Amino acid sequence: MEPVFALAFGVLVAASTYLIMSRNVLRIVLGLLVLGNAANLSIFLAGRMGTRTPPLVPEGATTLVGGANPLPQALILTAIVISFALIAFTVILFESAHRRFGTLDTEALRDAEPKPGPKPAPAAAAAPVAGDVPAAETVR
Amino acid sequence: MNAHLLLSLPIIWPLLGVALCCMLWSRPRAQRITSLVVSAGLLLSSLALLAATWDGTVLATQFGGWAAPFGISFVGDMLSAAMVVITGLMAVAVGIYGLAGDAEAREAAFYHPLYQGLLLGVTGAFLTGDIFNLYVWFEVMLISSFGLLALGGTREQLDAGVKYVTLNLVATTLFLICVAFLYGLTGSLNMADLARILPTIDNQGLVTTIAVLFLVAFGSKAAVFPLFFWLPASYHTASAPIVAIFAALLTKVGVYAILRSFTLIFDLSLGFTAPVIGIVAALTMVTGVLGAAAHFDVRKILSFHIISQIGYMLLGIAVATPLAIGGAILYVIHHIIVKANLFLLAGVINRAGGSFELKEVGGLYKTLPWLGVLFLVPALSLAGLPPLSGFWSKFVVVKASLDAGHALLAATALAVGVLTLYSMLKIWNEAFWKAAPAASTAATERWLADTGTRRAMLTPIIILAAITMTIGVVAEPFIAFSLRAGEQLLDKSAYVEAVLGPGPQRSAEWQP
Repeated sequence: MEPVFALAFGVLVAASTYLIMSRNVLRIVLGLLVLGNAANLSIFLAGRMGTRTPPLVPEGATTLVGGANPLPQALILTAIVISFALIAFTVILFESAHRRFGTLDTEALRDAEPKPGPKPAPAAAAAPVAGDVPAAETVR
Repeated sequence: MNAHLLLSLPIIWPLLGVALCCMLWSRPRAQRITSLVVSAGLLLSSLALLAATWDGTVLATQFGGWAAPFGISFVGDMLSAAMVVITGLMAVAVGIYGLAGDAEAREAAFYHPLYQGLLLGVTGAFLTGDIFNLYVWFEVMLISSFGLLALGGTREQLDAGVKYVTLNLVATTLFLICVAFLYGLTGSLNMADLARILPTIDNQGLVTTIAVLFLVAFGSKAAVFPLFFWLPASYHTASAPIVAIFAALLTKVGVYAILRSFTLIFDLSLGFTAPVIGIVAALTMVTGVLGAAAHFDVRKILSFHIISQIGYMLLGIAVATPLAIGGAILYVIHHIIVKANLFLLAGVINRAGGSFELKEVGGLYKTLPWLGVLFLVPALSLAGLPPLSGFWSKFVVVKASLDAGHALLAATALAVGVLTLYSMLKIWNEAFWKAAPAASTAATERWLADTGTRRAMLTPIIILAAITMTIGVVAEPFIAFSLRAGEQLLDKSAYVEAVLGPGPQRSAEWQP
């Protein structure tokens, strides 16, 4: 079973790398989501996948004998909660950037690091340039 | 005070700050007082921690009553204690500075809870002895910094936020994947336990691979070459107190994580990690200082100098002799104080000169000569001129690399020091020396009329400049402390014993 999961981890990381390197911020968010899930899968794999028995101490006993490793589940739960909060913030941030700039193309987001040369008029920079961002528009 | 209280108080103060500031949501004045009181509490309790670890004792405590490798450990050694003290100092200094100017606008946007949240994440990262817990503190720090960066909601800040958030999320997720790999290899997450298990692993090649993955993850936090691009893309957009606390603490948490993991968990003599760190250090120094030379915005110049200075700290780590590690620790301490002070001064230049853009400012030395002196103290210290703190930290790092036979690295460090001086003199010539443009003169008059703002902004700058001078003039105790802290880092037995207790023991059964 483990080789299959290891392969799935690799595929997820590859897919997220592809998505994050895109110029479209929506794809970047999806890539970050997939990367977070890949990380969770890697924790799950690292905890070994021998048995399906839940890790419960039977009544009367004081120690756990057999059962799945409970630690990765606790770690993944923590990681899921954290990545949920971060992705939620990211989506809000990207959406407000989208509203303000009128584009999903990262190449058009250049306010913090303008290209050298004379500054373009703010109104011209805000309007989405027709034909410049086809990928961004089709995904929506 | 017992170890448990000493180690948890630096966390409890900012946690209290977050909770109280959230509850006082509609009352900015009460939030201000809470934030300042809590920061002062953090400084005092961290000083108590430093006093308890001064003689080289390592304090350790376990949370929730679970014994060492299973529960979450908090550990305070000399390095952690020193870092927490610096964090407390920055919390107070930047906290006072944050009262000035456009404080109301920031406070309406949740400034104080996020500020305390940032401090919480940073102190937690410095004190934890558990690698997964370190990830959690990184995330606490990160989410607060996301909020602080985008606080104003301007176009520039949203743009910077997109890049900052994306690159930092990728880096922390990579860190989480590294933690999973390490757990899969050893079956433990406790750093002291890892230090004991990792040398017994048969496949040392795998250990080196994971070590380098950690270097990539922490390196992007520390903004080293070639992973620094998020920093100059974002830092200059935040308002002055926010960028000062970022510059002081965020990248230094990355450096601390490299320092901790490569002395305690991994072995620097292993494989090719030390040469890799050495090359990265040299390239970080050079690219950072060249980037700074190309810019004319004070904040952008200073942002690039953060990167170049990180290279010096990595240089100490790469050389890895006790002297070099001690030098790196001294460098971190010196750099946090000086860099935060320079960003605070950048805020003053903007207010008193009317702009961050050097071409639009001028003549400040004529109207405000004391401000010029206050600027020269951290600026010349950053460049490494005696008798300021930068001279001694550069001296120790360069001497260590010469002693270890790394003449090329030492030469790079000295050349970058000269270029740093060039950048600082550029700011001096443009902002203080040349004739003032008309807009700049008007801003200077407004600045002179506003006594309250002046007092709030200049008090922390004077305090930090005085500390820089003190480290420079009375260098002996600071150097001796850093060297002892470095020796303590390289001899991990005290740390391991404090966490796990004496004697050989294996944590859990683990079939690789």
